[in-house]
Amino acid sequence: MTEKKIRVLIAKPGLDGHDRGAKVVARAMRDDGMEVIYTGLRQTPEMIAEAALQEDVDVVGLSILSGAHNALVPQVIADLRANGQTDVVLFLGGIIPEDDIQTLLDQGVYKIYGPGTDTREVCKDIREAVKSKA
Amino acid sequence: MTSASLDALRKGNRLALSRILSQVENRTDAGQAALEELFLETGSAHKIGITGPPGSGKSTLVNALARELRRREPEQKVAIIAVDPSSPFTGGALLGDRVRMLDLQDDKQIFIRSMASRGALGGLAEQTEALSQVFDAAGYGFILIETVGAGQSEVDVVNLAHTTIVVDTPGTGDDIQSIKAGILEIADILVVNKADRPGADQSVTYLRNMVEMGYARSINNGKHHLEDFRENSEHETASAHWVPPILKTVACEFKGIQELTEVILNHAAYLRESGQWHAKDQASIRANIRRQLIASLLKDFNQNVPADLVNSLVEEVQKRGISPNEAVRVLLTYNRNNSLESSE
Repeated sequence: MTEKKIRVLIAKPGLDGHDRGAKVVARAMRDDGMEVIYTGLRQTPEMIAEAALQEDVDVVGLSILSGAHNALVPQVIADLRANGQTDVVLFLGGIIPEDDIQTLLDQGVYKIYGPGTDTREVCKDIREAVKSKA
Repeated sequence: MTSASLDALRKGNRLALSRILSQVENRTDAGQAALEELFLETGSAHKIGITGPPGSGKSTLVNALARELRRREPEQKVAIIAVDPSSPFTGGALLGDRVRMLDLQDDKQIFIRSMASRGALGGLAEQTEALSQVFDAAGYGFILIETVGAGQSEVDVVNLAHTTIVVDTPGTGDDIQSIKAGILEIADILVVNKADRPGADQSVTYLRNMVEMGYARSINNGKHHLEDFRENSEHETASAHWVPPILKTVACEFKGIQELTEVILNHAAYLRESGQWHAKDQASIRANIRRQLIASLLKDFNQNVPADLVNSLVEEVQKRGISPNEAVRVLLTYNRNNSLESSE
C-alpha cells in the first residue's frame, strides 16, 4: 500500500481579504504530495474546526494578516479540542509581531512563518511534525 | 478500529465517522473490517451523482441542493462527497470544493468530505463507493456525490448513484463536443446551470433534441411512436420510461433549485415504483464484487507466480521469441498448477 497521504486544511480566519499567501502555501503543499483542502476567506474559528473535523485532517494552516491572531488562534485551538481533535498540527502564516510569537507557540501552535519563508521549509517541517505524531 | 468507534458512528458521533472514513479511504485493515461490518447496515440512502465539465457549477449546485433537501426533508441528514483530481506527478491534490459550500457549515446535519481521486480515471476515487457506504450506514438519507470535472467518458458515477445529474452551461462553445455520447447517456436529469447567461435556451433546445432522438429510437423498437412519447412526457410519473428532464438553474442565486429537488425526489419514487431501484442496487453490487474479485485474483497471482518468471517472459517477448498472448498462457498455467499444489 502507498504511504498514507497527509491531509491539510488551509484556512483564513477573520476579516482580511488577502489570500495570496494562503494559496501559495496550499499550492506548495500540493506539489509536495499532500492533499490540501482549501476553504477560502473569512472563516470563523468554529467553521475552521468544523471543516477540520469533517475532513479528518492531520494539519491545519491558518493565514492571518489582520492583526487579530491573539483573538482568533486561541479560539481555533479551543474549538479543535472541543471537537476531540487534540492531535492536529497547527501552523500559522502571515504578519505576526515578534512579541506575540512565543505566546502563540505556548498555546499549542507548532510553527509560525513570516513573509519570505521558503515553502520547502514549511513542507519539510510539516512532514516531520506529522511523522512524530504517528 | 474498535467496535466502540463503530458504535459511536451509529450514535451519530461525527469525529468517529470522520476517522472511519479516513481508515476506509486509506484501505487500512481496520478500515476494511469496519466496512465489512457497516455494509450490512446500508441500503437506505438515496445516492445522487453530480457530474459535468470543470467550472460548470457542480459544487455550487451541490451546495444549493443540500440546503433545499434539508429544508424539504428536515429529518434526513445529507452527506456530500466531493472528488477533485490528484496530481499525476506528485500525488498531491488541492481540494477546493468546500469554498463553494461555506453556508452549509452551520448545519450539523450536513457532512462534507473532500476526496482526492488518487489516480483513478473514471471521475471518482477508488474508495468513493466505500465512503458512500459508510455514510449510508451512519444514517445519511441523501448522499450527494460530486465527480471531478468530467469530459466525455468519466462515467463511473452512474454505477454508484441512483440518480445521475449532468450539469452543463450555456455558451461552452460547441455543445455537441462537450456533452454528446457517454456523459449524456448516463443522465437521469440534465441541468443547464448559469442559465442567466446568453444561450441558455439554445442549450436546452439542443439537449431536448438529443434526448428525444434517443427516446424515439428506443421507443420505436418497443412498438411505440414518437407521438406517444410526447404525450407521456407530459405525465412523467405515468410513463414506463423515465425521460431525462432538462432544467435551468442559477445555482449561486438559488434559482431553479426547488424544481430540481422536486425532480430528484420524483426520480427516486419512479425508481422504486418501476423496480429499477432494486436493479440498480444489484448492478452496483455486481460491479463491486467483480472489482474486488479482480483485485483478489491479481493478489493471489502475484503471490503464486515468482517475479523472475514474469521478467524472463517479458524478455522473451521483447526478443520477439513469443507473443504477449503466449506469455499470458504460460503465466496462467503456472498459476493454476501452483495454486493446485498449495491447496492439496
